[in-house]
Amino acid sequence: MISGIFHSSYEKDMALRRSHAQKIRIVIVIIVMLIFPFLANRYYLTLANQVGIAIIGAIGLNILVGYTGQISLGQGGFMAVGAYTAGILTANMGMPWWASTIAACFMTALVGTIFGIPSLRLKGLYLAIATLAAQVIILWVVTHWEALTGGVDALVVPNPMLFGIRLNTDFNFYWITWGLVVIVTIATVNLFRTHFGRAFIAIRDQDIAASVMGVDLFKYKLLAFAVSSFLVGLAGALTAHYRSIVTWERFTVDVSVTYLAMIIIGGLGSVTGSYLGASFMTLLPVVLTNLGRAVKTSFPIIDSIIPFIQQGMFGLVIILFLILEPEGLNKIWKNIKDYFRLWPFSY
Amino acid sequence: MDLFIQLTLTGLTNGAILALAALGFVLIYKSSDVINFAQGEFLLIGAYIIYAMIAQFGLHWSLGMTLTIVAAVALGVLVERLVLRPMIGEPIISVIMVTIGLSSLLRAIIFTIWGNLPKAFPSFIPSEPVNILGATIGEDRLWAIVIAIAMLALFTFFFRRSKEGIAMRAVADDQQAALSMGISVKKIFAWAWSIAAATAAIGGALLANIVGVSGDVAHFGLRVFPVVILGGLDSIPGAIIGGIIIGLLEQYTGGYIGQGLNQVLPFVVLIIILMVRPYGLFGQEIIERV
Repeated sequence: MISGIFHSSYEKDMALRRSHAQKIRIVIVIIVMLIFPFLANRYYLTLANQVGIAIIGAIGLNILVGYTGQISLGQGGFMAVGAYTAGILTANMGMPWWASTIAACFMTALVGTIFGIPSLRLKGLYLAIATLAAQVIILWVVTHWEALTGGVDALVVPNPMLFGIRLNTDFNFYWITWGLVVIVTIATVNLFRTHFGRAFIAIRDQDIAASVMGVDLFKYKLLAFAVSSFLVGLAGALTAHYRSIVTWERFTVDVSVTYLAMIIIGGLGSVTGSYLGASFMTLLPVVLTNLGRAVKTSFPIIDSIIPFIQQGMFGLVIILFLILEPEGLNKIWKNIKDYFRLWPFSY
Repeated sequence: MDLFIQLTLTGLTNGAILALAALGFVLIYKSSDVINFAQGEFLLIGAYIIYAMIAQFGLHWSLGMTLTIVAAVALGVLVERLVLRPMIGEPIISVIMVTIGLSSLLRAIIFTIWGNLPKAFPSFIPSEPVNILGATIGEDRLWAIVIAIAMLALFTFFFRRSKEGIAMRAVADDQQAALSMGISVKKIFAWAWSIAAATAAIGGALLANIVGVSGDVAHFGLRVFPVVILGGLDSIPGAIIGGIIIGLLEQYTGGYIGQGLNQVLPFVVLIIILMVRPYGLFGQEIIERV
């Protein structure tokens, strides 16, 4: 009778995929990802691209908040840095999209590290407020530095080209987005098997204890900000290339809050959680809009209040998850798996 | 010189309104260690309820104001009981996030009822311009200063003399010790939230009178952060003085330098204060160093 998963060697315990079921699941997920774009219509491909970008951003934020325990409300600002760097380099200087994306990642990592410096003295609440200030300052610079960013006007970015193919359809861009999602996932999962990742987790669990054990807090906290911002910048750069248009409205403080909601609802400190949370928060407003359209004929008033219903549900979902299941969707998913594995004798 | 007086007066009055918003914020943090990201929405609710009372139901302003405060107190108790109490003992990020969720939910409820278009507000405080030292300023803006000072006096008295106020300070200091002295911590939290909501309702009504009723009122919630960090998160006089400093700073930079710098400078000050003196001007020096 199985009562749990146990390992008898260190190698097995450190393995990425420990059980048979996990290996089967990953194969199924990859197959679905490969055949999805051939079956789905344009609408679902758009959603898939949005979800993919959100997953990259959520994983980036989760490295900082979930794994290292440094609360950040500056996600929107950092994404803006990535998007504008990529956009300006491609649109104004004619750099190829992949080069500008890489440059955007490093640029965002740099800015993130600079705004991460207060984390050396602050934690918890105070750090949250400091990163909120970072968000406000970055967005102000973006909207007021007109010579570089075009101010409040939209920045138009040419479509990316790859092997002579113009990536202007959702179908073409799908492969870029989800290819990067896979790379980011593998990199992140492996990051937390190295001593860097372990140091991040040690800082989250008890910073003083980590310091006593020889973790250089200064170095690793800034490194966490850099790695996290690198991925957030990637999400921002992808937004720029995918939308072919960069506007500041896409990177307000609401975006920071949405990403924070993604990782909290998905599950802090978990890559699976980032997937679940990013999908959930991206699809929730879409589902609500479609539901609203469906009942529009019987309740005509619903049309005018759909945006408010979306906003209200957003708040309600956050509150309910925090009260009822603080560990998020990832925990629910685990509970479901455990239920079936231990069935019929779950205890 | 005229410009200077004008900017100073406007800055003082803006600062007084910021201070009113910050008061409720500080009060909640002081008693329960919760940062309330929904403070701006509390202001919004105050503004819309007083609008409903006076403009939609046609009540006299004194009755309308009383009912608004009663409604705000009820809301404060409700929020504390349903949303914040289950969060006791949870990590900081959960508490921050739950108040952010609350702000989103409250705003959605308000906009569902009243729509998100700006409303014309029948001023119940006279807003005719008054001439002081060559500068003109709306009379309602001067009232903001008077009310802020009155609230400061009231709160100082409350925390120094009244039984509930002293109990609140005890809870803020050490919840376990307060419990063992027979203080009901739950009751104190309910007190703190209802007083904070009532203060915000008064601030919201003032704002409605000065800038009109619209979703923009909630932006004050974000502008409160530089104020409370500057003054010290747990200091009532700090909220007032911080509010006035930030109000003046915004006006001087807006008037002399311009270019929208007044929107961002408070946040630059915030980061500098956090780096140099995280407990603010008047806050208690208990911040944990890493």
